[in-house]
Amino acid sequence: MRLKVSHRTEYSYDEPIRYGLQRLRLWPASGPAQTMLTWALHIEGAREEVRFLDQFGNDTRLLSIDGEPHTISVVAEGEVETNDTAGVSGPHRGFAPLWLFEHQTPLTAPGTAIRELAASVGNGRDLDRLHGLMALIQQRIAYVTGTTDSRTTAEEALVKGTGVCQDHSHAFAASARLLGFPARYVSGYLMMNDTVEQVASHAWAEAYVSDLGWVGFDAANGMSPDERYVRVAVGRDYREAMPIAGILIGQAQERLAVHITVEQ
Amino acid sequence: MVAFDEMLPAEAGLRRPYEAYDGWLKNQDPARLTEKMRDAERVFRKTGITFAVYGEQEASERLIPFDIVPRIISGNEWRRLTQGIEQRVQALNAFLDDIYHRQEILRAGRVPRELIAANEAFLPEMIGVRPPAGVYTHIIGVDIVRIAENEFYVLEDNARTPSGVSYMLENRETMLQLFPELFQRIKVHPVENYPQLLRQSLAAVRPNGVSGAPTIAVLTPGSFNSAYFEHAFLADQMGVQLVEGQDLRVADGHVAMRTTEGYKRIDVLYRRVDDAYLDPLTFRPDSSLGVPGIMDVYRAGNITIANAPGTGIADDKAIYSYMPEIIEFYTGRKPILGNIPTWRCSEPDSLKYVQEHLGELVVKEVHGSGGYGMLVGPAASKKEREEFSKKLAARPSNYIAQPTLSLSTCPILTEKGLAPRHVDLRPFVLVSDRIRIVPGGLTRVALKEGSLVVNSSQGGGTKDTWVLDD
Amino acid sequence: MLLGRTANGLYWMNRYIERTENMARLIDAGLRIALTRSQDASEEWNSVLLSAGAASAFAAKHSDHTAENVADFLLRDMSNPSSAVAAIETARNNARMVRTALTRETWESINEAWMSLKRVLASPIDQRELPGVLDAIKRETALIRGSFYGTMLRNEIFDFAQLGTYVERADNTARILDVKYYVLLPSISWVGSSLDNYQWESILRSVAAHRSYRWVYEAEYKPTNIAEYLILNARMPRSLSFSYRFLAEHLKFLGEDYGARHPAQEIAERTYARLRGTEIKDIFETGLHEFLADFIKDNNRLGDQVAQDFGFY
Repeated sequence: MRLKVSHRTEYSYDEPIRYGLQRLRLWPASGPAQTMLTWALHIEGAREEVRFLDQFGNDTRLLSIDGEPHTISVVAEGEVETNDTAGVSGPHRGFAPLWLFEHQTPLTAPGTAIRELAASVGNGRDLDRLHGLMALIQQRIAYVTGTTDSRTTAEEALVKGTGVCQDHSHAFAASARLLGFPARYVSGYLMMNDTVEQVASHAWAEAYVSDLGWVGFDAANGMSPDERYVRVAVGRDYREAMPIAGILIGQAQERLAVHITVEQ
Repeated sequence: MVAFDEMLPAEAGLRRPYEAYDGWLKNQDPARLTEKMRDAERVFRKTGITFAVYGEQEASERLIPFDIVPRIISGNEWRRLTQGIEQRVQALNAFLDDIYHRQEILRAGRVPRELIAANEAFLPEMIGVRPPAGVYTHIIGVDIVRIAENEFYVLEDNARTPSGVSYMLENRETMLQLFPELFQRIKVHPVENYPQLLRQSLAAVRPNGVSGAPTIAVLTPGSFNSAYFEHAFLADQMGVQLVEGQDLRVADGHVAMRTTEGYKRIDVLYRRVDDAYLDPLTFRPDSSLGVPGIMDVYRAGNITIANAPGTGIADDKAIYSYMPEIIEFYTGRKPILGNIPTWRCSEPDSLKYVQEHLGELVVKEVHGSGGYGMLVGPAASKKEREEFSKKLAARPSNYIAQPTLSLSTCPILTEKGLAPRHVDLRPFVLVSDRIRIVPGGLTRVALKEGSLVVNSSQGGGTKDTWVLDD
Repeated sequence: MLLGRTANGLYWMNRYIERTENMARLIDAGLRIALTRSQDASEEWNSVLLSAGAASAFAAKHSDHTAENVADFLLRDMSNPSSAVAAIETARNNARMVRTALTRETWESINEAWMSLKRVLASPIDQRELPGVLDAIKRETALIRGSFYGTMLRNEIFDFAQLGTYVERADNTARILDVKYYVLLPSISWVGSSLDNYQWESILRSVAAHRSYRWVYEAEYKPTNIAEYLILNARMPRSLSFSYRFLAEHLKFLGEDYGARHPAQEIAERTYARLRGTEIKDIFETGLHEFLADFIKDNNRLGDQVAQDFGFY
């Protein structure tokens, strides 16, 4: 399936910024489940300082903001050819060792709730257990926006019982790790069936299964990724895979507007 | 057990390296020497060579006591030491390169994976980074102790940001001022070219693509840091800028410093700020000591950071116990300089042994430094040992233990004349396209009679260290 | 090449050294009056506090304007950031921060001044020893100045430090004049009045000019002469004109070094030109107080502009 993605992020400030940085992970790579056809980043009000591959192989760019512009916009857009691999994204690659993904991070650190959830997953084949886990998380965390934020941990979201795709992914990764699977967080896009306009970028989790490699689980939607998914970046949690991370010096108040379209 | 005295060992009589010095000393008026000792203190205080002691409100700047009797090493002894040190720093850098890439040593099972995985000094952000010349730890302080005429051991490696080199230089400077005649009588290898060597060494590892002389700077946490004097001293001696995080920002794809004429790019940063504080965008977001985005510039290959982030994984005390394996794995040879036998309390058998022999052992925190949080068994009271035993039981993997070594002694000048005190030695090693070791180092001396703790924060002093040109 | 932070440190290092000395001179002048006049000296001590810009901070802590209280507050109270002991400590902290830019002798003189003044000012000062303490402060700052002038290369480092000295000095002299401007007004002064004589002397004494005044004017104290001396005489080292002569000069050197003319240079040159093109009677006609108030404001603005032009922050 050929997907056309446009992701526009706009920051506006109420006064000039003394200095700021934005780190972008907005450049998808080709892999078993997708081939990047065209991609471009359009940046206004900021300048690109450096680009590099991070420890997980994500194409990363650092932007700086200095002085006058009250508005910065970042548009990532292009076309990606995707195919349905039943969620399998292939063998582990890169220098980051698999064991690194067995370790929890501050965002996935399990508490009682996550531990109980993981313990309630039945025995069986690896894939079945992981599908079971996904179903449990979909059941236990209702998709409700505005109840959690980017600093919410997996444990907190599970206790609260509501959250967004980021929380589902953290809960899945945290539990999968407890069950002994290396797990990671994937940020990207999803083309919802009935609409071009998407409310947000998407995220799901992947667990490593011997013989298969990395397998994706989208607990927010209760399914493994298919050809409607575009993967952009990976990490052990949201913080390591987040599309845009920034730091700002000064008193300016920031307003954020995001506009995403994914279409065929 | 009687310690080996490096000047006048029991039975053997005056050792050769000290003969010429002893000949001079015999003709000195004791009152004049005492006067010289006071001169030395005046010099240090006037020039402000002080260090801050954490946790002390008053007198937050203190002098490290200096003893005027030199510690003397023969040319032959030194040659043996340097071979061992070179082998060791090569292995340390090979280990770091491996740990941040294929991790062959873990795959081979020679070092347990958990030791790396559960270690905070391991920085995932360094995975896949290969700095210029493949050097991760550029400046290393190797702490060496001596037990007998021919027995040297490495006590620990300092592969992050070893300090003390300014004392090595100032101690020599002071000795030259106090006793110029001594240096005419005895041929001692000079150490004062260390700053030039450091500069050359840092310049040699400039980022690929920097042509001509690179811009070097020293990054300090600021004037309230305990080692600030040294940071300023080294920057000054190298003729480079001493910068703080607030002076720096990412500009034009590089890290740049704010000057009176705008931002100027830096190619090599000798940083004396810990990893966690280096980049608030990557590590601790509350740090104001670092430079946001410096890790991005680093990964893009536009700056050399010395020492590289994440080198702490090589000098951890738990890793230390594997150094013989590490050296053999990467160099294919047995270590020239031995390790002190070490019990890893994370291993149940070792823990049991350590608990049963607390009175004989030195127990250290795996991540500790500066002599804090350690137990010197033979010197501790019963109550102290009992308390420590509880801490040990609660977090065994946090500790290692070593036998209480009878460190060699050197004489110091006291009010009652010469008296032996325990010493160790920290030579400073520079690694770039080649390895440079300045003949000498920092001799730390426990000033309290019988004490084995040489750390300056715990009542230790320093001595000038002579390597004879013989 | 010089870091903006280093330039900033050099600037404030010298401002605070200058301030340390000024505190001693202010107390010295106050003490002189208190010792030589029979009537209550509390008015005089209040003027001293006003000149030091410390009157309200003092009032929050003390109720009596006695020599003991004022000397204690202006010399050894660490809670007063402008007290001599706090100022020398700030100067020394700045020097420590920029020590790679200083000669060894300059650094050592500052470090020794700090050690010595900390010791001298550690415990409350016995009034009998106050003159000795003031001498010690003046001596230490003179030693710093001596090593500074004697050993520092005349480059940008020197220029930035000197900008601090003269901005602080101009501020100090202007304040001293402004606090007592009324005793200099012709309307209420008449020749030979002993009432004003000591006030005039006190003004001169607080800028160490009571003897040199006579060399220049060869006559009795005259308010217009005093004002002219301290404002317009470009050879009197603590006058406004002298300070601005050097501020303009150091900014000109910096401009030449950097191949750029900075807004701060414009400001300093404009102020200096105004001081040179003015006669004292014009200043009295337009109002001495107004003139001084404007000057103090402009002088602060120059400091801010220097910080902005040379990347201090």
